[in-house]
Amino acid sequence: MTEPTTNDVESLLRTALRPIDPPESLPGRVEETLSAVTEAAAEELSAWAEELSDSELASLRDPRNWLRPAAAVAAGSVAGGALLVIEMRRRRRPSGLRNLSDEVRSKLS
Amino acid sequence: MPESQQPAPVLEGAAKAKLDRDFEQLYRDHLRDVYSYSYYRVGNHHDAEDLTEQAFLQAYRHFERAQRESHGRPLRPWLIRIAHNLASNFHRDRARKPQSTLEHIDPIAAPHGTERIVEGREELKQVMSSMQDLPDDRREALIMRFALGMDNREIARALGRTDGATKVLIHRAIKQLEERMDGGGS
Repeated sequence: MTEPTTNDVESLLRTALRPIDPPESLPGRVEETLSAVTEAAAEELSAWAEELSDSELASLRDPRNWLRPAAAVAAGSVAGGALLVIEMRRRRRPSGLRNLSDEVRSKLS
Repeated sequence: MPESQQPAPVLEGAAKAKLDRDFEQLYRDHLRDVYSYSYYRVGNHHDAEDLTEQAFLQAYRHFERAQRESHGRPLRPWLIRIAHNLASNFHRDRARKPQSTLEHIDPIAAPHGTERIVEGREELKQVMSSMQDLPDDRREALIMRFALGMDNREIARALGRTDGATKVLIHRAIKQLEERMDGGGS
């Protein structure tokens, strides 16, 4: 038996480690998750901004008033955390991701 | 409110829209890269899907900063680094070593929905099995090189090493594989 050369091994590696096409369902799943996150964050920030008057906006320049924006950021983190929780549940419940958007919103409400 | 004070939110909106478009492009360009890397790290499609989803979620959260700090360089190494760290966490959390995954991958059956005639099936299994014996960093570098087609510079950025150290890493990985497949390595 002849010894494998560097070219042989590289050729084998190219064949063995071919790129793997993701399953057809994955792009939809990722896009749905990203949409849920961005929509939830946008709704949160939009509702927050609409409530502010000019004077309130001005007062936000004072660091002592930064608690609320921090809460909005925290809400974004909750959205991320919620996704992880949902993902854990999805493993036990195959159809769970179909309702991902609704579930994220319910977590935030 | 005077008009002069209003452009800022408009610009912010436009900037956000551009950021989202750029991320969408990154996602479309590299979904298969992230999935391939995840698959070869965890060894099954189910966990690879989860890791891929998590990788893009993390990437989205930090995309603005990554884009700002990339100075125009490609973001694929950054994306793969995220997948790399998630895969490491995956193995750590399950208290099992990544060595148990590659040998169970059937290099013939791996792609979805494709049927290919591949010659040298035994050789392919042997090379996958031999990869099990490589140190983690060498195996990961080979996955990046051969499954994703990354060059030394990209791999270096993904692994947080210098270009020179990465070149040596890959060279040694291939040499070690040769020895293993020849039966000389132990």
